[in-house]
Formats: sequence, structure tokens, C-alpha cells
Amino acid sequence: MAVTARSTLDAQKLRADFPIFEQKIHGKPLAYLDSAASSQKPRQVLDVMRQFYETSYANVHRGVYTLSERATEGYEGAREKARAFVNAPSAREVIFTRSATESINLVAYAWGLDNLGPGDLVLVTELEHHSNFVPWQYIAKRTGADFRMLPIDDGGELRLDGLDELAAGVRVKVVATNLVSNSLGTVNPVERLGAWAHAQGAIMVVDAAQGAPHHRVDVQALDCDFLAFSSHKLCGPTGVGALWGRAELLEKMAPFNLGGHMIRSVRLEETTWGDLPYKFEAGTQPIAEAVGFGAAMDYVNEVGLEAIEQYESELVAYTLDRFAELGGITSYGPPPERRAGIVSFNVEGIHPHDVAQVLDSEGVAIRAGHHCCQPLMTRLGVAATNRASYYLYSVPDEIDRLIEGLHKVRKILG
Amino acid sequence: MVDDMYREVILDHYKNPRGHGVIEDADAQAEGLNPLCGDEVTIYVQFEEDGETIDEVKFSGRGCAISQASTSMLMEMVKGRKADEIAALPKEELLEEIGIPLTPIRLKCALLGLGVLKVALHRAKGTALPDEWAGLDELELK
Repeated sequence: MAVTARSTLDAQKLRADFPIFEQKIHGKPLAYLDSAASSQKPRQVLDVMRQFYETSYANVHRGVYTLSERATEGYEGAREKARAFVNAPSAREVIFTRSATESINLVAYAWGLDNLGPGDLVLVTELEHHSNFVPWQYIAKRTGADFRMLPIDDGGELRLDGLDELAAGVRVKVVATNLVSNSLGTVNPVERLGAWAHAQGAIMVVDAAQGAPHHRVDVQALDCDFLAFSSHKLCGPTGVGALWGRAELLEKMAPFNLGGHMIRSVRLEETTWGDLPYKFEAGTQPIAEAVGFGAAMDYVNEVGLEAIEQYESELVAYTLDRFAELGGITSYGPPPERRAGIVSFNVEGIHPHDVAQVLDSEGVAIRAGHHCCQPLMTRLGVAATNRASYYLYSVPDEIDRLIEGLHKVRKILG
Repeated sequence: MVDDMYREVILDHYKNPRGHGVIEDADAQAEGLNPLCGDEVTIYVQFEEDGETIDEVKFSGRGCAISQASTSMLMEMVKGRKADEIAALPKEELLEEIGIPLTPIRLKCALLGLGVLKVALHRAKGTALPDEWAGLDELELK
């Protein structure tokens, strides 16, 4: 098929790394088209985690004994991998968190509570996942700051021409956007938004949970101040994410979680905070998960982010071609060359829950719902959409089975 | 499994919903939302002269086949019955009527209409509202 011929990525071969595909669902091979919600895990990552638990596990930064040193090496090694993955200047600017959501909450609370007030503006986009919307809305309300939303055009792309108008009469203090929309796949022009944010004296916060697995991230080129990403969408385990932040901002910020390990000294009268990044890593961290996250970044790097991005764009183009043949499908989002491997769509007259239910009976797993993007759903004028999303192990055959499944959906519910 | 779920009676109620519409100046009314999928349903009730017996009941909104069909079945089920009886109606009675295997997620679709009806009766008549449905009552929709 043309899709595999043009790309340098051999998805069929990579697929063999993922044990999940060895099973059948309702007697049919699994077509997993929900990688935007969470990706599957390759044997390489699972093996690294198992081996770590079996040979190197202990708490980190605590003991003087060999095993603790080994565990610390694994954990800090993963931090260095995360640094390199987003081209951060220094590993002390990379904080491990539970998730991208926690990373954003960290910034919203630890930076927002002390730096926002009446007359200030927090600007998010209409494309945001609730994880980069709700924390800001909440902190804006708590501090008396204004909270506004940068709209999208009908093609699902940010309307940067509306920026200056939104900033009228207020001091813009935070601009928050995702790098890639988890609903539409739109790859947002973060560089341009970041340049505008900095011209206003604002900080630029990037949610790269959906971006980092599919698109090369370089925090120095992006012109941002904070960038959140997570492991589980990137072939790694759940329970661990990362935040990169500029050291000069992180140093001035109060801590977010308080407890063990994040301190320098504790006295009844006063506690002083530890150095970066430990100031933001209270309590026992997800150690083996961080090591697994590191292995996942190795895996993705080996496949190559440029190859992944190009391959996904081919899969999107192929899906849209097949939708056009099928007819009666409304799809949302920009052209394939400006989006990651995500296709949001509706089948005329049929609710997404019913579409997904019938597809499941064919072994095809897609997402149906609002994708944690209710403001965007409001803009699209729908309660929910179907979403097929791809990753490096997705194959055109899965898209063919999606299309066959949609025929069955129509037969039952049309 | 999917053929069981979308069996003929469900599809019939989905495609030809009973009691679909609006009652202007209803005696009892409530809106509900399924936060999982954003589906919305509004239920309108009109009582007979005794102020207790459900004379007319209608629903409007958008939703999946399961939620639309189950709400349609609910409309048929409650007409002519008393408010306090419906307030106490166990969900099993509706589920039995629906009669299809439902996953936990789809159970929420199937029971949305019943919950909203209970909220409407609770607000209009002060009937008891079990904890299970209390969340629906707190939702204020625009």
C-alpha cells in the first residue's frame, strides 16, 4: 500500500514489539485506534521496568548502599533522557511529576498564585484539553485575574489575528496552549504564540502531552517558559510525567507539593527548600515508571520523531480519502500536513457512542466523547465526536477495518 | 453482544421515540447531563388534577441510541403512575424493560433519563432523591 511505501517507518515490524496485539477482541484482531488517549507499550519498555525492579530497585537519593545508588542512577538517567528529548539546557530544569496534568497544575499553583491578580489576563485556547484549561480557569478565579480563550477558525486552527484584541485593557501574564490538539490533531504555531506572549511580558506554557510523542520538541526553539509532557502517550508507563521550566522562573517559585526530599532543612520555626529539581519532587517518586519513561524515549528516538510525524500524516490522509469514498462523514481539523495522527469525525445521524460500540464488536477501538475538550465541542456545535488516533504501530489495515466497521454501523443504526 | 444491545425493540424506540417533545409550562421539569459524553436530556411532566398522577410526560435532548431508547421506554412506563411511586422506582425495573446487556459506561446512558425524571419530581414535589442521583440535581445547566 502506498502509505507504507512512502514512509521510512515500518509499522508492521514495530507492531511485533507490542504484546497487546497478540490477542483477539471479540474473536477479531485488535485494531487499536485510540493512541491519543494512551499509547500501547513495547516489550523493550516492559523489559526495562521488569529488569529494574528485579535488579536495581530501591528508593532513590536516600541510601548509601549499592542498590540505592543503582536506583538513583536509573532515575537520574531517565531525567537526562527527558532533558535531551525536549532539548532542555539543563537537567535541573526537568521535574518528574505524576502526569502532564500535574505538571500544569504545578505551574498554575506555584507560579500563578503568586504572580496573578486583578487586571491580569490568563489566555488559553479553544483547543485546550481540560488539563490546560481548568487549572488556569480556577487559579484565575482564585486570584481575580481575567480568563479568556483564543478562538479557532473553521479549519480548527488558532486565530492568531485575534490576539491583540483579546489583550486589550489587561496585562497578559500567562499564555497557555497545547502543542498538538488531542481532539483535532492541530499542530499549533507555538513559536509565534510564544513570541507574542513574551512581547506582552507573559509566560508561555505549553502542554505537549499530545505533541511530544508525535512531533520533535525543542524547548529552546519553541520560545516557551514551561512545557509539560507525559510518559503514557509515548510508549511509556502511566503514573509519570515531566515538566520542563526555565531555571530562573523555577528558582523563584514556591514549592507545589511539600514533604520529604524537597527540603534543605526542617526546623519547627521554618523549613527551607531544596535545590532544583528536587524542590518540586516531594515524596517517593514513581521511580521504576521514570526508568520506563526513559526506555520509552529511547524507543521513540530510535524510530525517529520525524518518521513518526510523516507516517501519521500519511495515515490521516489515507483515512480522509477513505471517508470521502464512504460519504456521510463530517471530519474536523486542519489538512493532514498540519496535524498529528488524529481524525475526529461524526457519522451523519448516528451518535458517537453507538458508532464506537458497534466498532468494538469488530475489534476496532476508537474514542467517542468530548475528549476532555468541552469548549471545543461547543465551538464545533456537537456534544461529542468519534476519534481515531494513530501511532508508530498503526497500520493501514486498521483504517480499512474502521471503514468496514462504519458500514456495519450504518447497517445497524442508519 | 452488539446485536443483543441493538436489538429490534431498542432500535424501534430509538428511531421512533415515544413522548419526544416539549411540554410548555410543565408542572415539573429538569435537565440533566451525562458528563462522560456531554449528552443532555430535559424531561417535562404534567400532573392530573390530583397533582400526583403523571398525566403527560415528554423528553427532549440529544443522545446515543441507548439513552434515547431507554428514555423513550421510561416515558411509556411512568405515564399514569404517581410521583412518589416513580421517585421510589428502582432502576432495575427500567433495566429489566430495556432488557439488554450493558457495560458500566452504557449503564450511565441508559439511566440518565430516569435520574433526570427523579430530579424533576424532587424539585416539584419534594419527593426523596436517592444519593445516586444527587449529582444530577446539583448540575445547573444554562
